This record gives sequence, C-alpha cells and structure tokens, in this order.
Amino acid sequence: MYRYDQFDHQFVVERVDQFRDQTLRRLNGDLSEDEFKPLRLMNGLYLQLHAYMLRIAIPYGTLSSRQMLRLADIAERYDRGYGHFTTRQNIQFNWIALEDAPDILADLASVEMHAIQTSGNCIRNVTTDHWAGAAADELADPRPVAELLRQWSSLHPEFSFLPRKFKIAVTGSPHDRAAVRVHDIGLRLHLNEAGEKGWEVVVGGGLGRTPMLGVTLREFLPEAELLGYLEAVMRVYNLIGRRDNKYKARIKIMVHEMGMEAFRAEVEAEYARQPKPSTGVDGAELERIAAYFAPPAFEKLPRWSADYRAHRAKDPAFARWSKSNVAAHACDGYAIVDISLKPEGGIPGDATAQQMRAVADLAQRYSFDEVRVSHHQNLVLPHVRQDDLYAVWQRLKAEGLDAANIGQAGDIISCPGLDYCSLATARSIPVAQAISRRFADLNRQADIGPLRINISGCINACGHHHVGHIGILGLEKKGVEFYQITIGGSSANEASIGTILGPGFSGDEVPDAIETIVNTYLALRQEGETFLDACRRVGSEPFKEALYATRH
Amino acid sequence: MSTIETGKVLTASLLAGGTVVFLARNGRWSDSVDEAAVALEPVAVEALERRGREAEAANVVTGAYLVEVERREGRVLPVHIRERIRVLGPSVRPDLALRVEPALAEL
Repeated sequence: MYRYDQFDHQFVVERVDQFRDQTLRRLNGDLSEDEFKPLRLMNGLYLQLHAYMLRIAIPYGTLSSRQMLRLADIAERYDRGYGHFTTRQNIQFNWIALEDAPDILADLASVEMHAIQTSGNCIRNVTTDHWAGAAADELADPRPVAELLRQWSSLHPEFSFLPRKFKIAVTGSPHDRAAVRVHDIGLRLHLNEAGEKGWEVVVGGGLGRTPMLGVTLREFLPEAELLGYLEAVMRVYNLIGRRDNKYKARIKIMVHEMGMEAFRAEVEAEYARQPKPSTGVDGAELERIAAYFAPPAFEKLPRWSADYRAHRAKDPAFARWSKSNVAAHACDGYAIVDISLKPEGGIPGDATAQQMRAVADLAQRYSFDEVRVSHHQNLVLPHVRQDDLYAVWQRLKAEGLDAANIGQAGDIISCPGLDYCSLATARSIPVAQAISRRFADLNRQADIGPLRINISGCINACGHHHVGHIGILGLEKKGVEFYQITIGGSSANEASIGTILGPGFSGDEVPDAIETIVNTYLALRQEGETFLDACRRVGSEPFKEALYATRH
Repeated sequence: MSTIETGKVLTASLLAGGTVVFLARNGRWSDSVDEAAVALEPVAVEALERRGREAEAANVVTGAYLVEVERREGRVLPVHIRERIRVLGPSVRPDLALRVEPALAEL
C-alpha cells in the first residue's frame, strides 16, 4: 500500500488544523454559513437530511486493517455505530456533529486518511478495479497509476475550480470492473507486442441526468505521456466547459456538443503546445510509487488447495458461497474473497463498527493486511490462501457477512436515497430491501445468474441505475414516490445505457415488476444466456409486453 | 371528532450538532415536531421566518425553512414525504427513529 511521506503527513495535519480553526470561527460566528459552506465541503462535510454527513476518501478503494479499525472507531465514537460504503469506493458517516468534525479528521490523518476532494468541482477520488493487484486476468496493477493521478490531482491549482466535478477511473484488466466508459476520464491498460504499457484514454462518459458513454481519444498512450496528455484534456475542459448551467457543465456535455473529432483536435493541439515541459510521468517517481504496490510475500503453493476442495464437498453452504463470492487469484493457491454487504433485506453498503473490525481482523490474519471497497458497495479480501477460505467464511458467517450473492439479484447497488440524502426525490433503500427479500432464495438467484440491479433515489444517479442490467430510478410527483425501470444497462466492457421500459411503478409494485422482468428472461433465455445477453438479443419489447400488457 | 389544522412550522439544523430541530411554542428549539409552533396565519408565518433569521444570525441554527404540516389531535406531521422522513428519521432504521408514531409504514 502507498504510505504517506513526510510532506503528505505534514500537509494533511496542517489541513486538519486549518479546518479546526475554520470550524471554531463558524461556531463563534466569525464565519457565516455562506462563507463556511465551501470550506466544509472541501473537507467532505455535507449537511444532509438528518445531520452532517462526512464523506471520507478511500483512494482507489484500498484500506489497511489499521485504517478499517479507525473507521470502526469513528463509527462508534462519533456516529451511530455504522458507516455506508459508496459507489465511489468511499465511506460516508451519516450522523456527524460539526463540532466533532476536526477531531475526526485528526483521527483520520493519524492513519493517513482524509476527506479532501470528496466534494466540489475538482477531481474526485480516483477509483479502480477492486481486484487490482490480485485478479488472475490482470495485465498489471493499476494502482500505481491511480496513486500517481491522486497525487497529481490533489490540490492541483489549475484544476481546483473546474466547471463541475470530475471523476476518473482506471483499470488494468481486459475485463472492465471499474466502469471506465461512464467516467469523465476512464483509463484502460493495454500492452503492445513488445509488452510495453499504454493507456486507452476514454473521455466524456458519465451518468446523472444525461447519461453518456465515453469516447476513446487515444487507443494507446505511452505511460510516460499520461499526465501531460490528461492535463491537456483537463485544460481544454477547464477553458471550454460550460459554467453558465450546472446541468450542462460536465465534460460529457462538452464532448457531445463539440463532437468527438473537434474535441480530440482541441486536446491534441493543447497537448502539442506543451506549455509546461515537466508534465511527463517521471519514471523514477512512478517506480517509487509502484514499489508500494509490490505483490505481498505470497507462499509457493499448489494451484488448487485440497483442503478447500474437501470443505466444499462437505459443506453445501460453503460451496455455494465459494461459487459466488470467491474469485480467481493471479497467484497459485490464493483466492480473492468478495464480502457481500447485501444480506437479505439489509441496507446495501452499510457495515456496523463490529463488522468493520471483523473484516480488519480477517485482513490482518489472512489477506496481508489489505481490504478493498468495491464500487458495488461490497468489501474484498484480495489475497486469501485457499487453505484459509473455510476459516474466513466461518468468521464472516458469525458476523452476518456471508451473503452468497455477489453479482446476483441480491447484490443490489443502492444510493442512500431519501432516507438520508437531501437531494433525493424518493427512497431507494426500502426498494432494494424489498427486492432482496423477494429474491432471497439463493438457489433461485444462482439459477437466474449474473444480474445487476442498481437503484438511484434521484436523477443524479449515485446508484448507477443507467448501467444496471435492471435500473430503477426513484422520482416524485405531487409528494408521491414512483419508480422508473430500465433494462439493458452495463458498465462492463461493452458498456450500455439502459432503456426505459415505460410508465413508472409505486414502491410497492416494484418487486412484482422486477419479478415479471426476471421471469420473462427465464422464459426466453437460450442455453447459457445471461440476462444482459438476452436483453441485447431480444430488445426491450418482450419485457414491456410482460410488464404493461395486463396493466390498465 | 378530530379536527385537522394545516399550517407551517419552522425547522432548521442545529449549527454545532447538525440535528433537526423545530421552533417550539415556548420559543426554544425542540427536536419534537409535536412541540413546534404551528403558524396558521400569514402574520404568524412571517414571525416564524423572522425568528429563523435571528437564530441563524445568532449561530444557533443553520438552514432554517418553513414546512407545511397538518395538526391532528395534538400531533403534528409534515405533509410532504421528504419532511416526514426528516421528522421521523430514516424509514429503514426504526431503531434510530426520532418518533415512534405514526407507523413508518404510513409514510
């Protein structure tokens, strides 16, 4: 893992002191709310429906046990005993007091964490594949580049007041698990025939009220050119991006309005101009960063563990969990464990302080001290010996963290919605809970196969509903919540934006509607065909027919 | 026979703690909407707004605004679902509910 150097430490501590002073000045009235609001937002502190909410950055979703333990302490000491992991691989605490916020930030600084740039029109937390550095299919660990981008984008003086917020995702795998086509900038690693690294630069993707897929500006940008090229992209956006209308201020709108070729020409011209010759990636610096992400000291083990096989044969519940929650590791004898934060009827992404401590303990004992947060709002133990999987599962089971549903109907992405969020137009969590209960039967979930159900409680789309295989958007009309359903979205390699099926449903009707959609799929699917593949083959008509033919 | 009155209450967030409060009939800020002063007339509504501005200026609360409510048998409940959730707490965490009644299911 990346460790702060002396400069990082000093900077974060000074920032805490600065915010402590700002908070005191707000509390004693020296600063008005209008003056203070941008300052607290720069430190991740929002005022939400019930209280202040603190959004803490988890760079590229990587946490040490020590950091996870500190989050558990914060949950218990300053919040109400739980936290919410988000679709940006961050964590949010919902019940924070302003007067405690400086102490919380000081606690975070002591474990090399902060909440800087988790709000505002700046470059937000860089996200990546939650299996980075572990996945069997990976070309290279994307985290050194993600860390490089974090350092480059942190308090970058030129990019601190962009037209609108800016999100970057990076993947080092040919199978995109980081949703790079729906980010402002998505970076995808390729190797050329000589084995050299190059990055595909995808720009102008995004969700929100105007969902769009990004376009590829460069197919293979040499790694050494990465920062210089991204600075050219950012500079063009900063100059041309709209500031007159916040709904048209994201880079996706600009790319769309200019057209891809015109935008590319602007970027290439800016890049050729090279106003600052020092923006190349310093090879030595990247190597220094990469050293922090060197693979841990894996033991030399057989590819498959006999012990793991024996436990699967003996214990059907363990076998089922292994099938859905354990993924192939790059190193023989190891596995990746996905910990589902989606128990039947639970709140997606929520974890109690005790559960956080349990995961920290498991990471320390069994996963080289590492935990990951996925943008699906789950946790990951990236490096577990197959021999240890049974022990890990037993502990997860004891903590209520053994839901065997990764990538299936119960593994629902949900934003906090109107239960917590002041921007929301409808509740999303109760809908997720009702669907989760409806599809509680794990055998049925396994039979349905890969299915991503994503729910957002407003058009801002924090729940990524546009790219759910089934997407649900909560809206409100005359004080009554209703839900619009889309199908066919995906954030994976062949990314797509879902198609709206028709008029909305009340919250109570949604589980039935989802069941109808799923049953329609089951009736028409071909051998081995997933829900998404079936949607792409038959289009939305059969689903519309099934949903609306008997209505009215 | 119960009568239903409709009016407005003043709500805000406590500056230091961030929790939801209502301007009560006794002039203090209360976390119970049932204790809120319900303004039925435009003059009373204006008075509430003035109190909100004063309390913000005095750094007691932040984000003060008026909420439409119904008062029925001494109980006060906002009309809009957003404000109901704000009064009652997250509907998905009954253990954190600020008020037990009415049932969260009735939202």
